[in-house]
Amino acid sequence: MNESLIEFSNITKKFPRVIANNNVSFNINKSSVHALLGENGAGKSTLVKVLYGLLDPDEGHINFNNEILKITSPSEARKKGIGMVFQHFSLFESLTVRDNLILGIDENISYSKLQIQLEDISSKYNLPLDLDAPITSLSAGEKQRVEIVRILLQNPQLLIMDEPTSVLTPQEVESLFITLNALVKEGRTILYITHKLEEVITLCNDVTIMRNGKVIDSCSTVNQTAKSLATKMLGQKLDELKTDYTHINDFINFKAKNLSCTFNDPFFTDLKNISFEIKEGEIFGIAGVAGNGQSELMDILIGENCSIDSGEIIFKKTNIESFNPQKRRDLSIAFVPENRLGHSAVPELTLSENILLSQFPNNNFSKHGILNNNFIENHTNEVINNFNVVTPGADVKASSLSGGNLQKFVIGREISSNPKLLIISHPTWGIDAGAEYSIRQSLINLAINGTSIIVLSQDIDELIEITHRIAVIYDGSLSESFITKEIDITKLGLLMGGKK
Amino acid sequence: MIILFPTIVARPQSSNIMSIFVPIIAVILTLITGSIIFSLMGFNAFFALHTFFISPISSAYGISELLVKATPLALIAIGLAFCFKNNIYNIGAEGQLTMGAIFGGGIGIYFHDTNSFWLLPLMIIGGAIGGAIWAMIPALLKNKFNTNEILTSLMLVYVALLILDYLVVGPWRDPEGYSFPKTRSFSNSGRMPLLFEGLRIHVGLIITLILIFISWFVFAKTIFGFQLKVSGFSPIAARYAGFNQKIIIYLAFGICGAFAGIAGLAEVSGPIGLMYRDISPNYGFTAIIVAFLGRLHPLGIIFSSLVIALTYLGAEDAQLFMQIPAAVGFLFQGLVLFYLLGADFLVKYKLEFKKSK
Amino acid sequence: MNYLELIGFIQIVLIATTPVVFAGIGELVTEKSGVLNLGVEGMMLVGAVTAFVTLVITGSYVLAFLFSILAGIFMSGLFAFLVLILMSNQVATGLSLTIFGIGLSSMIGKKYIGTPIDGLTPWYFVILSFIIVFLVGYFFYKTKSGLILRAVGESHTSAHALGYSVLKIRLLAILFGGSMCAFAGSYISICYAPMWQEGMIAGRGWIALALVVFSTWKPSRILIGAYIFGGTSIFQMHLQGKGFKFPHWVPLDDFFSSAPFFNMSPYLATMIVLVIISSNKLRIKLSAPACLTMPFYKGS
Repeated sequence: MNESLIEFSNITKKFPRVIANNNVSFNINKSSVHALLGENGAGKSTLVKVLYGLLDPDEGHINFNNEILKITSPSEARKKGIGMVFQHFSLFESLTVRDNLILGIDENISYSKLQIQLEDISSKYNLPLDLDAPITSLSAGEKQRVEIVRILLQNPQLLIMDEPTSVLTPQEVESLFITLNALVKEGRTILYITHKLEEVITLCNDVTIMRNGKVIDSCSTVNQTAKSLATKMLGQKLDELKTDYTHINDFINFKAKNLSCTFNDPFFTDLKNISFEIKEGEIFGIAGVAGNGQSELMDILIGENCSIDSGEIIFKKTNIESFNPQKRRDLSIAFVPENRLGHSAVPELTLSENILLSQFPNNNFSKHGILNNNFIENHTNEVINNFNVVTPGADVKASSLSGGNLQKFVIGREISSNPKLLIISHPTWGIDAGAEYSIRQSLINLAINGTSIIVLSQDIDELIEITHRIAVIYDGSLSESFITKEIDITKLGLLMGGKK
Repeated sequence: MIILFPTIVARPQSSNIMSIFVPIIAVILTLITGSIIFSLMGFNAFFALHTFFISPISSAYGISELLVKATPLALIAIGLAFCFKNNIYNIGAEGQLTMGAIFGGGIGIYFHDTNSFWLLPLMIIGGAIGGAIWAMIPALLKNKFNTNEILTSLMLVYVALLILDYLVVGPWRDPEGYSFPKTRSFSNSGRMPLLFEGLRIHVGLIITLILIFISWFVFAKTIFGFQLKVSGFSPIAARYAGFNQKIIIYLAFGICGAFAGIAGLAEVSGPIGLMYRDISPNYGFTAIIVAFLGRLHPLGIIFSSLVIALTYLGAEDAQLFMQIPAAVGFLFQGLVLFYLLGADFLVKYKLEFKKSK
Repeated sequence: MNYLELIGFIQIVLIATTPVVFAGIGELVTEKSGVLNLGVEGMMLVGAVTAFVTLVITGSYVLAFLFSILAGIFMSGLFAFLVLILMSNQVATGLSLTIFGIGLSSMIGKKYIGTPIDGLTPWYFVILSFIIVFLVGYFFYKTKSGLILRAVGESHTSAHALGYSVLKIRLLAILFGGSMCAFAGSYISICYAPMWQEGMIAGRGWIALALVVFSTWKPSRILIGAYIFGGTSIFQMHLQGKGFKFPHWVPLDDFFSSAPFFNMSPYLATMIVLVIISSNKLRIKLSAPACLTMPFYKGS
């Protein structure tokens, strides 16, 4: 079984500011799970889009089943036997499962034939589904099942999976692995895109590591460990972050008491009786898979949503649950929401203009409603320098910065105001390793100086690295908190999956 | 043989140079298309373009007429800028200007025997209030019920026009008038003073210029201007910044309505001095074109209002000298906006040519 | 109202509202694919004048309707090029289409104002409108192509990722909408009026747009909505004919008894309906095409 299903030969693809794929060459064996490993921006998505017919390479070619692959669209790719499950599902929310399946199939199929095929696939590969359910009512794991079934109905030889476990609970991940192993046993091949090292070791037979558009190595996983892969992936050994618990005193800075909020909307998760406390100088982590109430909780903590059903938010003895974001900033609370472009920064505005989005009492950006432009520009430059934001200047548009630099800018903007409390969601999502490190260190330094920090994140590794205590949010409820040093990862995983 | 295929690629940053060129390109393309249309209709293209664009402004009177038409267009357009910058599609300016004329003109009719310095200012304030109130209705519905403002502001246009109709034919009809329905004339102090002897251009021009300058200041230098921008680009970021979206919407609609209302009042108390059943040749809708052509920028709006005003004058002259219906002006307005929107493409995207194998 | 008057009333309503049904169902298909075309009024005018002029020149009804549809395809094709290929703002482009249509139709129709023609009986068209609404409904909910169109309006990125040509589907939807609007216009100038005059569409294009929202983008409701609107305005004409006046103790009785008030009642009714359905955020979310007015960019 060492026959190659796919051979990439010298694939190159360029975009205006970056070479996404630079002379990429490697092989994928039949009947295997082949990992494509790399950080965000390594070039994995681009390569896969070329394979699936969404993009044309500038140079190079791909051999599929010993013939040159000449496709110009996903439907041609599907005809050749290549199927893809996207990271951000390409499902139609208001349509049913059945409609979504039909849309994914190229020929016309009768409902009864569909039902038969579905039952067959469901039992073989551990993928139960209800045809009449609207997509909006499904969990992330179930939605992914729809995507997979959609592809399997076309009998593909190759399944491409793009970061499939990013929205799954540990239990759903196990279930997915069962499915994938069954598929491989049958002779199919899986191209598994990920940045999660443990999965590569556990699930995959071979791995190709990419960095900055180039292939670093392509080998079997048999002799590799997570550490060895990480070194290849990052190209350097990163220093351990320094976390220190000694500075924390017992003064409780922040209390959330019995926060409850119902939304009456299938797109939102209701929050049930959320309570937690944070001490001065402490970093408190809230772990959870996306879709369990984190964004709703974030909206309430920021003040973008002030209409809760019951509960209190108390900061330094003041009840702030009815305060809008600006009023909370007046009390020295700062926030960094998950989305950079469109939430914590406006892409079409310059950095100087984006500085104005969060104004603190000590800023003096305006007098009587009139802007003080010089002052603003100076402050912006300060933030750029102090936080190593790579940018030609303060008057470039936010959209032209890379993800990591924009995040550094946003976090820098908030930290520069000397907040007493910082609430931040997914601090290093979609960011390169270097920026990741510097952001995490800034947060730790901030805590050491007495600021309390609340971090919401899906990334357990991140939370374990930087927090003092962790709680888990699941289906709108918050668990008890655990001291990070003493935590049991399995228990964490179970809580995230809803089990006690 | 090498074939070049163009592909569309987004520019990393909008091109500023193109941003200024584009309106100019649009106007030029419109002129070219216009001359082709006229030729097809059997006119000498040169003569037609001359009649349309040159002869109307070749006298002092002509230029004054140009300003008479450009003034309400510019005023309404700068008011619309407050809304459009915030991604609020207020297309009911025609109704708001009508309401302004009704409120302000109503005061003028009530005091038609009075001659006093406070009458005109009172009428102007009335006009502003009338337009603002009318604009607040779609704002209220949007804020309270999330109703789409495009349709609500539009429906209200027809309601306002019919209210005017009712008033002019009914209770406000001039008892000493002849069979043609109109209201009483306003008194002398209820009229916009003329700027020059013998020309129809009036104080409304000064008011407009002042309001344009104030608007520029607000957009460029104040927090409110900043809030408008942010709210327009990203309402979620505006919420994050703690801007009160609802108040911004009320203010944007209110200011727009007030400006349109003043423009409406100026129309009836300026050149004409009373109200007919029809008071505006589609200014409220045309001002939308003026706003877009002028890029929502005060300076741009001044220029685009002159260009569009010229299409009105040209259409009138074309009707006289070429026996074409005056609605041909709308044809040009539509064309210029098409070309503008099309050419705008070049600001945000560029074409890259790839060789095919 | 007695039995005969009721029959007469229903007949008038059916005949008068048919153009709005045609334009409404056309625009519904366009919007269902994710595109908002505000040029309905302009396309109806151009369709009306083209049909009329063609009829006067050639004497053939068939050619008149055919050319009118072609005119609708031309106008909506222009719109499609701007919003699909050049990705221009849909609201502004639609408005300019209407303004352009007003000008163009005036120019074309100038020589023919007041020319008399033999009108056609409207009943075939009333029936045709029912058939078309039924066919559109069947298309959307019983065929794969209709499902694809709905999917494109729901999430154009997902549809593209699955390999469907978003632009081609939207183009077809826009052209269908344009031809329906033009056809509606031709019905007015050839069957309903029958004549040509500037501004004869008189705002029906805007009512058709409101109708699409009112129907929550479901074809069957287009008919219901159209008849409610038409019914209201015909009913007020009936009341006027009977010399109906409010008693004096009603405030503003003179206003409420006047013709302008009755003429504005459909617009007021539309507004009330708009408020009611849009305040129910959930319902709008589940029936509005999620991608309405968003341009589709096939970028990386």
